[in-house]
Amino acid sequence: MRASFGRRYLFSASHRLHTDALSVDENRAAFGKCNNPHGHGHNYVVEVLVGGEVDPETGMVVNLTVVDDAVRTRVLERFDHTHLNLDPMFVNRVPTTENLCRTIFQLLDGAFVPAKLECVRVEETENNFFECYG
Amino acid sequence: MIFLTRRATFSASHYYWNDGWTAEKNEQVFGRCSNRNGHGHNYTLEITVAGEPDPVTGFVVDLKWLKDVIEQEVLASWDHRHLNLEVPEFAKAIPTTENIAIAAWKRLDGPISRAAGARLNRVRVYETPEIFAEYRGQA
Repeated sequence: MRASFGRRYLFSASHRLHTDALSVDENRAAFGKCNNPHGHGHNYVVEVLVGGEVDPETGMVVNLTVVDDAVRTRVLERFDHTHLNLDPMFVNRVPTTENLCRTIFQLLDGAFVPAKLECVRVEETENNFFECYG
Repeated sequence: MIFLTRRATFSASHYYWNDGWTAEKNEQVFGRCSNRNGHGHNYTLEITVAGEPDPVTGFVVDLKWLKDVIEQEVLASWDHRHLNLEVPEFAKAIPTTENIAIAAWKRLDGPISRAAGARLNRVRVYETPEIFAEYRGQA
């Protein structure tokens, strides 16, 4: 029997949406106030969905301690209270929440074997969220 | 295809325990959830139904009807109960969030699928605001 297990996490970070591929005016037009030079911050919510067979002995798809450990070591310790633009993942990529969501999927993919990472959802604010299914 | 979701809440107690294991192994795998005195949660169910809106009413299903189905099929048996001790599905299966999602699906799938034009698409169960499981049927 397949089911999915999900868990939500929080981290806080700053970012600036800016690309050297565009002019100053083009950056302003594309990113608006998210392009302000000194960046700004968010409390990000990361929702991780892991799918697999429910183990008949434990009743679990995956033990939440396994998910907690992977998210803490691979994601939260890396990004919490940092400036995302300075992370190597974003040297040449704009740290939009789309790109952040895909990056977090890549960082967690394969961490829950035999269960499988199905979806990473990142909420940038209460009204914006992004999902990546790999 | 439109997906319509209704939330419902219930409160219940449970604990995690596998009778085939030693007490030490239960404590090791399940941590504080293995305390045999049990503990409780405010659970939130999200029941998603898929279908086409009826051309006359504009409804995929009548939300009042869906509320009543959830109430009769699930909440009446689970709300303010001890899941391990009072709910038949968990006489043997451990009432993990995963198994609760599967059990809710089994209770709701028949009544919802018998309603014209709609089928159960997903059951999501929140044990806390941070922990949830979902079941989408046997793929």
